[in-house]
Amino acid sequence: MRIGVFVCQCGTNIAGTVATDKVAEAALAMRDVLHAETLQYTCSDPGQRAIIDAVQKKGLTRVVIAACSPRMHETTFRRTIGQAGMNAYMMEMVNIREHCSWIHSDIDTATDKAIDLVQKGVARVRRQVPLYSTTVPVTRRVLVIGGGVAGIQAALDIADSGLPVTLVERGPTIGGNMARLDKTFPTLDCSSCILTPRMVEAKQHENISLMVNTEIEQVRGYIGNFEVDVRKKATCVIEDKCTGCMICQEKCPGKAPDEFNAGVGQSKAISIPFPQAVPLVAALRKEHCRRFIKGKCGVCKKVCPADAVDYEQEDEITTEMFGAVVVATGYELYDWREAYPDYGGGQYPDVVTSLQYERMLSASGPTAGHVQRPSDGAEPKQVVFVSCVGSRDESVGRPLCCSVGCMYIAKQAILTKEHIPDSQSYVFYIDIRATGKGYEEFTRRAQKEFGAIYLRGRVGKIYPSNGQLVVMGTDTLSGGPVEIEADLVVLATGFAAARGAGELARKLNISYDQYEFLSESHPKLRPVETTTGGIFLAGACQAPKDIPDSVAQAGAAAAKVIGLLSRGEIETSPMVAAVDQLRCIGCFKCRDVCSYNAIEALELRDGRQVAKVIDSLCQGCGVCNVACPPSVVSLKGYTDNQLIAETMELLR
Amino acid sequence: MAELKLIGFLCNWCSYAGADMAGMARMKQPGELRIIRLPCTGRVNPLLILKAFQQGADGVLVSGCHPGDCHYNEGNYYARRRLELLSRMLPAFGIEPERFHFTWVSASEGARWADVVTEFTGKIEAMGKA
Repeated sequence: MRIGVFVCQCGTNIAGTVATDKVAEAALAMRDVLHAETLQYTCSDPGQRAIIDAVQKKGLTRVVIAACSPRMHETTFRRTIGQAGMNAYMMEMVNIREHCSWIHSDIDTATDKAIDLVQKGVARVRRQVPLYSTTVPVTRRVLVIGGGVAGIQAALDIADSGLPVTLVERGPTIGGNMARLDKTFPTLDCSSCILTPRMVEAKQHENISLMVNTEIEQVRGYIGNFEVDVRKKATCVIEDKCTGCMICQEKCPGKAPDEFNAGVGQSKAISIPFPQAVPLVAALRKEHCRRFIKGKCGVCKKVCPADAVDYEQEDEITTEMFGAVVVATGYELYDWREAYPDYGGGQYPDVVTSLQYERMLSASGPTAGHVQRPSDGAEPKQVVFVSCVGSRDESVGRPLCCSVGCMYIAKQAILTKEHIPDSQSYVFYIDIRATGKGYEEFTRRAQKEFGAIYLRGRVGKIYPSNGQLVVMGTDTLSGGPVEIEADLVVLATGFAAARGAGELARKLNISYDQYEFLSESHPKLRPVETTTGGIFLAGACQAPKDIPDSVAQAGAAAAKVIGLLSRGEIETSPMVAAVDQLRCIGCFKCRDVCSYNAIEALELRDGRQVAKVIDSLCQGCGVCNVACPPSVVSLKGYTDNQLIAETMELLR
Repeated sequence: MAELKLIGFLCNWCSYAGADMAGMARMKQPGELRIIRLPCTGRVNPLLILKAFQQGADGVLVSGCHPGDCHYNEGNYYARRRLELLSRMLPAFGIEPERFHFTWVSASEGARWADVVTEFTGKIEAMGKA
């Protein structure tokens, strides 16, 4: 056995705290180690070449690399030693950066620990055997979850490459939050004018099958072959028959909250969210329908000229296979009411969220673009914008920046002036964050051209007085308190993850953070991948983002999906379980604990039933390895011998 | 006093990544703990933990994904059952059960990982060598 140890300095990232030459020297004294060296940047081209050289010159049969986290570079170095002519799995990485040099300041502590870790790696790699991966065919079909601008973009990009896409949307129409916006910053493009053609394209695309009112029920399988159950919720409307004439909505006597308009105005129990909805199909909400609440009514069925209403309709669950998944579940506005009692907690009708104001400004909104304050319908003359409500505020547990608030406030201040020329806008802000292309110029325009008055400071309290609202805040630049009388107050509410994002993440087995924003695999280098192979992220489900970033990320996710599925088959990890069939007692405890149905019974020639692992299904968790009473199931790459050796080595 | 020997068995997907996150954020931690990486806490054989104590470990820490978040669906549930039973049996082997700790740290909980290590190390330090 000829082992080589390579100790990475990672510039000063490791060498700053770990005496790497001492580690290499100690390694040379370890059993079967006949080569040890330090490298400045092991992952760089010269670093990798040094490994290949040493392997070839010294005839190394095993390699230990002490560097960063294997989660970062394990695949890199497997490829390296593969190039050197070795089996890619005869390499072990030990983490002396994230788990050592970066968390300790004392050089002796860090060096001792690094030596221990190398020793552990050597013990482990000594018991490693060559492993060979196999390939499995992939399903060339893609699931996109969420029909906002990111989901639409990803679906279109993937579908254009020729792959079939199923676009699933929980609501009754695609379009997401962008469809509710009046204009977009910094160009003041009409939001629907740029979005609705894309929505229609998604509907008409030959490779896209669109499913609205549909949620993900369950996900099984793994990269290349996900088996997904989707639930199409009963809407009491037969989608194929509905022509979108809206007669049912007109005649329906049941009032219901208008979710599309963010609660501004009212809708009906059976309705189409907005005239450009895609698909243009009505949906009935049972919780607001008189027939389902009181047991009598039936107007919509009577008036429907297409006979599309079916009260007996039930949820339908279908199962489909997909090779890859793009998650684009987006965001919703943070519910500010409970956290901000000083702003009225939702009690004052003339304190609205930015999205509600957006609907008031929109020509297709409930007031047809005439700004009317909710309390009495009067046109507001003094409009106060309050930034960072539910964002950048530690006191309510939301330290994150919503990343778009500064920009949409500037946009709404401009639009306010355009709608009501004799109005005056005031903006309370903490900082103006305008980092995108043309953004800074845009916020300047709001002030210079459209006369918005910007006041730097937080708002402490909003209270009603003489039919108006008084906004109390501080102006930290002039150094004093300010009180402004307002006809309308617009809160620039921060972003929250879409309702149920965490639950969906659990179904997909992907990570999420404390706000339920979904986690990317690496913040810099794998921004659209998740930690689960074959599942990608697009848009604001990952973190607050604006439209251009969401669209760009959707395109990136699409490229990853196309790349993954273009190969037709993918390599599976060879680190799977294996059964020693001679010693297997046929109890099948391993089969009972397996989540992947990866163990089957095999009859030997002597009639004995033994367990057999189906390699292509095994995901390598090792639960069966522990469950096996005679210890004859073993997880390749993490065998009992290897783990015991590592443990013993650390306790010598 | 000789230095404490602490072993941590961490699942690759949540806790190992959480420990990476703590490292990336340069969250300083005590230096006694040595980490062994596993695909899943479901791979942790209770006998391995006994082996560690038998070989002179002063403390053993196992950390995996939060309930419901297991990368392999339910490996951490198997781990929880096995290790719960183990910790109740430890006194029978003459091992103080406080020397064994089983917890959950997710991939985004770097700060929590640093706290877990600091607290666990502090506890064992107070107890002294096994």
